[in-house]
Amino acid sequence: MTTLLEIAALGKRFGGFTALQDIDLEVMEGERLGLIGPNGSGKSTLVNCICGTLRHDMGSVRFAGRPLDGLTAHERTRSGLARSFQLPRPFASLTLAENLRIPILYAVNARGDGALSGPDIERRCLDLLAEVGLAEKAQRLPRDLTQIEMRKLELARAMAAQPRLLFADEVMAGLSHAEVDEIIALLFRLNRQGVTVIMIEHIMRAVMELSQRLVVLVAGRKIADGAPKEVVRDAEVVRAYLGE
Amino acid sequence: MDGSLGLLLNAVVSGLLLGGFYAAVSIGVAISFGMLDIVNIAHPAFILLGSYVAYLANTLLGIDPLLTAVIALPAFYLLGMAVYQVYYLSFERRQDQSLRGLSFFFGLLFIAEVTLVLIFGVDYRLVQAPYIGPSLHLGWLELPLRLLVPFLVSMLMVVGLQLFLTRSFTGRAIEAVAQDPLALRLMAADPTRIKRVAFGLSFATAAIAGAILIIIQPVEPSIGREYIGRIFAICVLGGLGSFSGMVIAAVTLGVVESLTATFFGPSWAPAVSFGVLLVTLAVRPSGILGR
Amino acid sequence: MVSLADKQQAGAAPALGGIPFLLVLIVIAAGIFAFGRWLNISYAFFAGYVVLQYIVLGTAWNILGGYTGYVNFGITAFFAIGAYSSVFLYKIAPSLPLPLMVVVGGVLAGLVGLGMGYLTLRLRGVFFSIATLALAVVVQTLITNWDFVGGARGAYVLRPRVAPLIGGDYVQYLFLVMLGLCVVVLATARAIERSGLGYGFAAIRDDEGAAEASGVPTLKLKLIATVLSGGFMGMAGAPLPYYVTYLDPASGFSLNYAVNAIAMPLIGGTSSWLGPVVGAVLVGGLQEYIRVTISSAANVLVAGGLMVAFVIAAPEGIVGLFRRKR
Repeated sequence: MTTLLEIAALGKRFGGFTALQDIDLEVMEGERLGLIGPNGSGKSTLVNCICGTLRHDMGSVRFAGRPLDGLTAHERTRSGLARSFQLPRPFASLTLAENLRIPILYAVNARGDGALSGPDIERRCLDLLAEVGLAEKAQRLPRDLTQIEMRKLELARAMAAQPRLLFADEVMAGLSHAEVDEIIALLFRLNRQGVTVIMIEHIMRAVMELSQRLVVLVAGRKIADGAPKEVVRDAEVVRAYLGE
Repeated sequence: MDGSLGLLLNAVVSGLLLGGFYAAVSIGVAISFGMLDIVNIAHPAFILLGSYVAYLANTLLGIDPLLTAVIALPAFYLLGMAVYQVYYLSFERRQDQSLRGLSFFFGLLFIAEVTLVLIFGVDYRLVQAPYIGPSLHLGWLELPLRLLVPFLVSMLMVVGLQLFLTRSFTGRAIEAVAQDPLALRLMAADPTRIKRVAFGLSFATAAIAGAILIIIQPVEPSIGREYIGRIFAICVLGGLGSFSGMVIAAVTLGVVESLTATFFGPSWAPAVSFGVLLVTLAVRPSGILGR
Repeated sequence: MVSLADKQQAGAAPALGGIPFLLVLIVIAAGIFAFGRWLNISYAFFAGYVVLQYIVLGTAWNILGGYTGYVNFGITAFFAIGAYSSVFLYKIAPSLPLPLMVVVGGVLAGLVGLGMGYLTLRLRGVFFSIATLALAVVVQTLITNWDFVGGARGAYVLRPRVAPLIGGDYVQYLFLVMLGLCVVVLATARAIERSGLGYGFAAIRDDEGAAEASGVPTLKLKLIATVLSGGFMGMAGAPLPYYVTYLDPASGFSLNYAVNAIAMPLIGGTSSWLGPVVGAVLVGGLQEYIRVTISSAANVLVAGGLMVAFVIAAPEGIVGLFRRKR
């Protein structure tokens, strides 16, 4: 297996506040990684720094052997990263199908290998919506969706970019037991197709079921990295979560 | 004293005084844009409204323009609260500030200007007051009272507002809403009410700014537009939300404009603010005091 | 956007492709011109020119404002760059054909849009808007200080006695040029709406961060919109010196142009190419009616007042109201 994502000594500050410090992380091609930590521990900031939504201050990020430092967010998406936003950010004036059309037009087709055209794009949008259970609402606008459906749309839009590495940022919050199982199955399916998955999640059942490896952030630092069963027994992790 | 050096020094001094006046013109926008994030580009039009109120009271009743401004303050305050209420209900609540909210203020700017043209015509109007005309002479230095009085009134207003924002309960609530509206809601204060008060205040400053504008120069309805670039250049250069930065920026712009007018001709002065604005946006969008 | 429009047309005629749409526009334009010739009233051409000019200006503004959500207040800057480039060309090469002047004015205004956008489009949208407001002032200052094109005094432009190609009154020729420009601008606007570019613009308008995350090169797209928008505004201004025959900064930079160009799309509806057309015909027609029957001072208030009323009460514009009912 080859290293897909390589983060070295990554640091990010907001004014005087250190959001991330000295983060080292390697992710292998095809891996399923869980990223957990208390609220405000820097999980989303880390995703934002990797995906280019924020600029990191220290360290470096390499993806598929290329440095990402200095690339804009859309260049990173085109190079094979995709993310869902923790708070869904749909394109409000576009239908669900059109929401998925954006990454197909601007990420997939911009890569130049096998651009999709007219009817193929439409079919692909509908297929993706069907995968997350939103096929019937393809022609509706995001304002007609429930919060839970918005999360599914968010995930579908990230998948539409055909990424090599997918960040699923709390896509399961608020979902029912059965729906969580559906999304887990979906992420497994994607992973079998070769997509590396990094899941940021509070629902431990999902994290334990999906992750091959677990990384824990606390107050902007990585405090644990290893096999899920061992990490959750780790004294420091337990302390961070139970707040001793 | 060498002639051109005297010219230079006088240009610098009148630029300083002018800059002090620019602070009065800009402070309303420093509140609405800098603290409330409401891009009220119509502010100069309401300053002109203040000028014409002072003009009417002066020509019809012979009242001093500064006294008029004080009397008109509450009316401007209420007008500001009313405008904010419309803005809040129509745009802020709908999350539609950018396209339609901006256009709303642009429409107000136009309506105010055209209404003034319809009532007063496009002739220049001016006021009479004992401090318009005479100058203080300190050696080679000439201090026209026409500039000195507005400078002092302006500084008084800035200091007063600064004290209000840092010392009073309402003032601190306004500061809080500027930092984080959510935190204020958690404190069980109503951010919309606080913003309404703050916007009312920003309008009230227009009454004073308008009165001292017509003391400094005769006005006609379209000169408000010249001030848009100036005001926003000052607010952006000063770093949004900071009064001290705003005053420094206002004085800087006043001096640069005064020098430009002295050495290149007054018709070039309006371009200065645009240059300053564009350079600031391109190089240092957080302003001179920004991090 | 496309599918919204498609849904409207579901059950009605299927949506036209780009080339057929262009042909339909050309046929309509030819029909209008032929009708005008048949009427043979020079006032009709004179008043019609103004409405056509506003269709171009409003559509140009809408390409940036309506599609990407970036508000340009500096319409007069771009418009006057077009107008004064024609004055300049008239002084150095009076025999240059008008359509060529239109192209030059458009290119110059587009370049200014590019520079302006490059400096300010990385920031939040309001900074761009504020910078465009200031741009209008600075271009006016430059023109006022430039004596070659008349400076503050203004410049006279002599119209050719007879219109080229079509013969007759020169105003008819100006009308025809503006009509052609309308066809070009409307075809472009509709082509954008139905292309990937239109989807990218809409994504930027809705959520710029999410657009970037979906692979949309937002800065590049915003620059494209600014250049097209500014360029078309310059083109709309290029024939102005021949229309007014005397141009000074006060009239070339009149706030009326800016207010109308913003008000018309907002009143008509910003989400489709049809909105600015509806707005320009309605408001432009109404203004002309009021100017003739009541007073020229009252007519200028119409656009501003209607715009404020519409953004408050009917944010989707006339086209939006019509759609919602169906």
